[in-house]
Amino acid sequence: MTVAVIRFGGSNCDRDARRALDHLGIDAEIVWHADGLPEDTDGIVIPGGFSYGDYLRAGAMAARTPILDSVRAAAESGTPVLGVCNGAQIGSESDLTPGAFTTNRSARFQCEPVYLRVENADTPWTDAYEAGAVIEIPIAHGEGRFEIDNDRLAALEDDDRVLFRYCDADGEVTDAANPNGSKHNVAGILGGDDHVAVLMPHPERASLPDIGPTDGQGILRAFE
Amino acid sequence: MTAYTATVTVRLKGGVLDPEAETTQQALERLGFDLDDLRSADRFEVDMDAEDAEDAESRATEMAERLLANPTIHDYDVEVAEA
Repeated sequence: MTVAVIRFGGSNCDRDARRALDHLGIDAEIVWHADGLPEDTDGIVIPGGFSYGDYLRAGAMAARTPILDSVRAAAESGTPVLGVCNGAQIGSESDLTPGAFTTNRSARFQCEPVYLRVENADTPWTDAYEAGAVIEIPIAHGEGRFEIDNDRLAALEDDDRVLFRYCDADGEVTDAANPNGSKHNVAGILGGDDHVAVLMPHPERASLPDIGPTDGQGILRAFE
Repeated sequence: MTAYTATVTVRLKGGVLDPEAETTQQALERLGFDLDDLRSADRFEVDMDAEDAEDAESRATEMAERLLANPTIHDYDVEVAEA
């Protein structure tokens, strides 16, 4: 398994993602977006950062670069794809996943640890956890509020495509535990297939034991 | 071909929270202005040569559909005038 971590101008979590994957024994390499996907790519991470300076909307420019056509094609043929933070914004802007991630309710950039409740533990991204488990992973974003119309949100929930919701330490999904105003506290979702996922929290920042909690490892183990 | 300017205005759909507009409203109120509500929008002015106004409008509409607006959260309108 070689995971391509796609770097755009302004990506800044690409090295963190590679290091976290390395720590788990998963082969990963950083790929400059204009070079295209390597032929041996069998996993894709779209990392966090501020691609294209968040011009127009966070993720809007990167979502329309040619490599995203390759990412969509790879996803359709079964390659696991994970978008984190700016990668989640790019994923939604490129229709890999539904909805949009937009300006936080606070109108501020927020960098803080949050608790997430595992909603569906029967996916590659979550089968390391029990359903209902509470994990702690940091967020770092100004545009992470999940927006979607109510019908599509209901469809997402009915299809069990919500991976994580923001919650308190006891796993209660409350408005007070919602850091950015996301609808129904949604923090991460699946695309049309189980092997495509996006989330705003940063699993790669919660994967190295030397620097803190490691609750994010389970998400990255989808690439094993 | 005629020179046109297509103006694409992109705004949040009704009901979608606009924290930046709320913050702007609060700042205006701190300055002593009295207002009931405030909405913000993005405006793009696109200069182009087109066969006619209909052609210019359809091209600007496609720009809005494919990039300038995000249909999940935005409505948009397009106006065309000879440059």
